[in-house]
Amino acid sequence: MNKKLIVGVLLILALAAPFGIYPVFLMKMLCFALFACAFNLLIGYTGLLSFGHAAFLGWAGYLCGQSIKAWGLPTELGLLVGTAAAALIGLVMGLLAIRRQGIYFTMITLALAQMLYFVALQVPFTGGEDGLQGVPRGKLLGFIDLSSDLTLYYVVLAIAVLGFSLIVRTIHSPFGQVLNAIKENEPRAISLGYDVARYKLLAFVLSAALSGLAGATKTLVLGFETLTDVHWSMSGLVVLMTLVGGLGTIVGPIVGAVIIILLENKLGDIGNWLASVTHIEWFTTLGDSVTIVTGFIFIVCVLAFRKGIVGEIQALFKKGQVQGIH
Amino acid sequence: MEIFGIPLQALLSQLLLGLVNGSFYAMLSLGLAVIFGLLNVINFAHGTLYMMGAFLAWMGLSYFELNYWVMLALAPLIVGAFGIVIEKTMLRWLYKLDHLYGLLLTFGITLMVEGIFRSVYGVSGQPYSVPDALQGATNLGFMVLPNYRAWVVVASLVVCFSTWFVIEKTRLGAYLRAGTENPKLVEAFGINVPLMVTLTYGFGVALAAFAGVLAAPVIQVSPLMGSNLIITVFAVVVIGGMGSILGSIVTGLVLGLIEGLTRVFYPELSATVVFIVMAIVLMVRPAGLFGKEK
Repeated sequence: MNKKLIVGVLLILALAAPFGIYPVFLMKMLCFALFACAFNLLIGYTGLLSFGHAAFLGWAGYLCGQSIKAWGLPTELGLLVGTAAAALIGLVMGLLAIRRQGIYFTMITLALAQMLYFVALQVPFTGGEDGLQGVPRGKLLGFIDLSSDLTLYYVVLAIAVLGFSLIVRTIHSPFGQVLNAIKENEPRAISLGYDVARYKLLAFVLSAALSGLAGATKTLVLGFETLTDVHWSMSGLVVLMTLVGGLGTIVGPIVGAVIIILLENKLGDIGNWLASVTHIEWFTTLGDSVTIVTGFIFIVCVLAFRKGIVGEIQALFKKGQVQGIH
Repeated sequence: MEIFGIPLQALLSQLLLGLVNGSFYAMLSLGLAVIFGLLNVINFAHGTLYMMGAFLAWMGLSYFELNYWVMLALAPLIVGAFGIVIEKTMLRWLYKLDHLYGLLLTFGITLMVEGIFRSVYGVSGQPYSVPDALQGATNLGFMVLPNYRAWVVVASLVVCFSTWFVIEKTRLGAYLRAGTENPKLVEAFGINVPLMVTLTYGFGVALAAFAGVLAAPVIQVSPLMGSNLIITVFAVVVIGGMGSILGSIVTGLVLGLIEGLTRVFYPELSATVVFIVMAIVLMVRPAGLFGKEK
């Protein structure tokens, strides 16, 4: 009951949000929240740390943008092209990466994503350093005009909720239970007769496809796609979002994504405020030094805050319940 | 003289450039392998510490008029000390956890250090000239050999093989190898394993800084030079496997050569060829060329 209430309140808040906050900013947050949730499916529920998720986000964005802009596909097909492309890249990358375990898996995903970054840099249609510009939003299903930010917001919200529900459903399905078993004890899962490699690959492709959906949607919202999204720092950013919110918690990545995006956008204001309070001039340059701050948060999270915000809150509740029983 | 329509001189000079890059790969992947062996940490910050080495060389010359040779000795010491501080204050707390946290921590350090250098020096490169003693080139008859590039290859080979010798053939190395296999037992024999771990990390990152100083005159000194390199080095490590010291040296050099050859025959692929080789190796021999199947 309690859970349903919270979900209901959150949905109402999400529906009302664009009347108080700039919709494009909200949509960007939704896309990154979906991206982080898709990433969390892999790290939090299968125990695989991918450092190559930027490739899915970025390439889905490029192909979605290109298919709408240059091939003239309708918007919904463009999104589909982006998602399918990410799934395909995920299939190839997954097939290679699951041949090794643990830290090697991570290095392989990072290396393959770097390769795809160089490809994006060299292929003409991506526009190299300038990026792919001027992607039209078009009309969804031929009659919903997306040029209004408000309309697009509700479409993006629907996509995000759909993707999120799919992830929650997956986690609680028998398939998700097997993934969890692989995460907790891989040799045991093998000895129970599960084809671990296939489960891992399926989870990888699913995570890639949903990341792709997020990337394609993001391109539609902003109207452009740049190299930032395929760069390794983007792969790091999604790790950070998930880590800050809480690895392996359902809502953690959403919280993390909101916080990190807010921080990236408002860092300049925070810096100015700090400078006015502490009278240290240096803080006014904080807005230009996002990487320093994200690096710092990374270090603090890894050293002292590994459960993340939602994870810590859950732990607190559990403690309270145990004390309540006694 | 021409080979496949490429002038021999051009081919050889690209191969030499490949060998120079290969020596950097070798030194960095060697450091990664040594650190991973004892600490079980993949040091993402390795590239950044390499960048720091190059920057220290440049800073030494621009601010204190310390020449190349002084910095070649001093920069590894400074970066090594910095590494020891990182190990003592941060990495130390993560050994009992999943390997992933070590990677994430060093990734955070990379972002921070790189961000600081970027906010001070911007992204453009700082030029650093070749030291006087190594300027010019030697004519070998079949090719003109730039002295500095030859020096880079020789110096890194000497450093790599001394490291190999120390680890494989001396008593100290035996302790180190034993510590990799079973740290508890080695500690029971009265060897200070935590100290050994700290010094190993310090040594590994000093090696990266040494490579950085060597690289300073070859490429422009820029805050981004490290992170671009480290991902390629990760691919090298996946190809070679981290089980063997000699393996990582050889793999690094060979991949540098392959990259050089690609630059001659098909330049479009030169940035990605290492990753393609990695994909092929993963398909044919998943454990890596020198790795052991676990």
